[in-house]
Amino acid sequence: MTITHPLGLQPAERAVRLLGGDLTETALRLHLDGLTGVDAVGLEQRAAGLSTRSIKTSSKAWALDTIIRTCDLTTLEGADTPGKVRSLVAKAITPDASDPTTPSVAAVCVYGDMVPYAVEALGSRHATGGTEGIQVAAVATAFPSGRASLAIKLADTRDAVAAGADEIDMVIDRGAFLSGQYGVVFDQIVAVREACIRPDGSHAHLKVILETGELQTYDNVKRASWLAILAGADFIKTSTGKVSPAATLPVTLLMLEVIRDWHRLTGEKIGMKPAGGIRASKDAVRYLVTVAETVGEEWLTSQLWRFGASSLVNDVLLQRQKMRTGHYSGPDYVTVD
Amino acid sequence: MAFLEYAAAPESASILNLKAQYGLFIDGEFVDGHGDVFDTISPATEEVIASIAQATAGDVDVAVAAARRAYDRVWSRMSGSDRGKYLFRIARLVQERSRELAVAESLDNGKPIRETRDVDVPLVAAWFFYYAGWADKLEHAGLGPNPRALGVAAQVIPWNFPLLMLAWKIAPALAAGNTVVIKPAETTSLTAMLFAEILQQADLPAGVVNIVTGPGSTGQALVTHDDVNKVAFTGSTNVGRMIARQVAGTQKRLTLELGGKAANIVFDDAPMDQAIEGIVNGIFFNQGHVCCAGSRLLVQENVHDEVIDRLKQRLSTLRMGDPLDKNTDIGAINSAAQLERIRTLSDTGESEGAERWTADCRIPDKGFWFAPTIFTKVSAAHAIAREEIFGPVLSVLTFRTPAEAITKANNTPYGLSAGIWTEKGSRMLALVDQLRAGVVWANTFNRFDPASPFGGYKESGYGREGGRHGLAAYLEASGWDAPAALSAASSAPASASASKPARKTRKAVAK
Repeated sequence: MTITHPLGLQPAERAVRLLGGDLTETALRLHLDGLTGVDAVGLEQRAAGLSTRSIKTSSKAWALDTIIRTCDLTTLEGADTPGKVRSLVAKAITPDASDPTTPSVAAVCVYGDMVPYAVEALGSRHATGGTEGIQVAAVATAFPSGRASLAIKLADTRDAVAAGADEIDMVIDRGAFLSGQYGVVFDQIVAVREACIRPDGSHAHLKVILETGELQTYDNVKRASWLAILAGADFIKTSTGKVSPAATLPVTLLMLEVIRDWHRLTGEKIGMKPAGGIRASKDAVRYLVTVAETVGEEWLTSQLWRFGASSLVNDVLLQRQKMRTGHYSGPDYVTVD
Repeated sequence: MAFLEYAAAPESASILNLKAQYGLFIDGEFVDGHGDVFDTISPATEEVIASIAQATAGDVDVAVAAARRAYDRVWSRMSGSDRGKYLFRIARLVQERSRELAVAESLDNGKPIRETRDVDVPLVAAWFFYYAGWADKLEHAGLGPNPRALGVAAQVIPWNFPLLMLAWKIAPALAAGNTVVIKPAETTSLTAMLFAEILQQADLPAGVVNIVTGPGSTGQALVTHDDVNKVAFTGSTNVGRMIARQVAGTQKRLTLELGGKAANIVFDDAPMDQAIEGIVNGIFFNQGHVCCAGSRLLVQENVHDEVIDRLKQRLSTLRMGDPLDKNTDIGAINSAAQLERIRTLSDTGESEGAERWTADCRIPDKGFWFAPTIFTKVSAAHAIAREEIFGPVLSVLTFRTPAEAITKANNTPYGLSAGIWTEKGSRMLALVDQLRAGVVWANTFNRFDPASPFGGYKESGYGREGGRHGLAAYLEASGWDAPAALSAASSAPASASASKPARKTRKAVAK
């Protein structure tokens, strides 16, 4: 195997703290390969066990609101237009016009070139770096495949940040990861994180997408999660939504276990975002249960937990209406976007 | 609000249609016993659920006579495929009434509905389905052609998995062509009574299964009865020993499935999060009322602190309380007597110098409860490392090398089960060879399947239940080879007697 970084890796703060001052690819590899393995049967069994929790009445009401509050309402289509984005933003601010008690979502998630329209449409509701209001998240780094040169990826990121993105959802280079070039993946994440820094010194939050559907094995997911955290991720995210399978409960559980272990080790809280394929309230509630019982319910805020979804919100709204009125309505009683 | 304080989600008990009083089930009918009646209570609330008849020696006599009659006149003459049809029918009825059975079991035993619904009752159905398939294939049971049923089986079962143990006993016995008199445990007779209703629904011929309820004396009358051919017991080693003595010198065949003190061995390369789940499942499943529970945790010394730390964190998320709540992980201890035993042994552990840690659970005001407890700094000489506690109490020991792990794991009078946690397959296989335990789980624990034989070494008993081995425990070799006899007969001049040899021979041996 070619060692592409004989002279060491970018000195990402977390990795230096854990692996020592002269950070090398070998040190990184030894650490990642030294992680204990994941037993697939056991992991899936635990996820299935968590799925049997029965969330009713007041707990269900709280869960439904939390799903909305922590949702990144998403549109990532080639056919996206400024009009579509404005419509998405309106939905993000007022998910259910028939019920003003409905909370707003956490963020809208769009392609980089749509960021200015999202910022404009949000107006005073834009969070602009704070925790109140709605954030604008942009996918970057040649999303969804990540197949572009680092220069392009960085330009893509800077562009989105300059346009007002509060959060950057980057993809890792899965090809590099699968061929064992952990250092390449690491350095790219570090570089993108630097590109997230604004002129005033603040930085857009970085979500690192592992695309777990392409990593295939749970051992890989565990290693990639550690890698992303060491390189400086604020959030780790399962998927682009463009590859099947996207988010699954076992994968999310595993990533949460890494987050919990990182917290045990350093006291630092990393965020988690499952994305793609979560469409039903019932499934989303299972994710909340998994978060609460793995890392603790203090993670159930938009600072540490997000759902990446487009159609989930409407199912939650139907459930909310049902809880309020006692009967089910139908898809025409919630807005399409 | 705290999300983790999930709102109550109780399974409704209104699905049950219980009688105030249950009699004995003999010869296809519910009959009043001649003994006193006793109450069965819910261990979670101490409320009376129903009163149960106590079978006297005379009642047992009637039940055994009914089983003998059914064996001679109906069951031993019926074809295997017809016996199979009855078993399939029972399996389907168990599935149809699964919710009801799960609720009744949780109510009467105290175990959480999550377990009765997802483990006990599905396995009960699986056991009947599995052995239904065997009923017409007995010549493949490993005993040669035309194996014979033994006759009347006397079966005594424990209170920890009331309905599942009943299935483990009845399904292979009936598939092999035996008839049954079974005695459920005194504190958990309720689901056996519901099962009797299922037998009536299934139209099982009268007397093929008889259920006699009562205390230990009823069981004693049953296993010492002269007209039973087979005794099968699951329960404590002490009672098992007593039964072995009573059966010794008779022609009765005996299988015993007794206590255990299983070692759950965790190596430093174990898949850590799954190992923690496995430890929890190993000892806190069914409140630790499991004969094969992983009650001795053997942890490699270099990961001891990490494992204990993670284990404590995980145990803090377990939810103890109403067994009928769908979110309950830990239910009630089955009886006041068992709770007392767990308390006594735990106190002994403390006085012997082990370090006790108990999860911070709110203990309900009524009922019998014991919060999940771990003892660290346990040494092999401590009572809590040797005696079966049969409760949610884990004793943690350490080891340094695989050889030491094996020595410590085998250093017990029991030998029912063991667990190994490592990502190294070669180590797993090497260890399995050296562990003296009937079942060894690798990177999992407490998994059961009807096709897999289960049973113990040493004081954990003898004989196997489940799989082909479990079937063979209810059969004996006949030495009579039908195809060879047929070909011999066909080479002789044709005669009327050669046309139905199997049936005639069977009748003759079945008296």
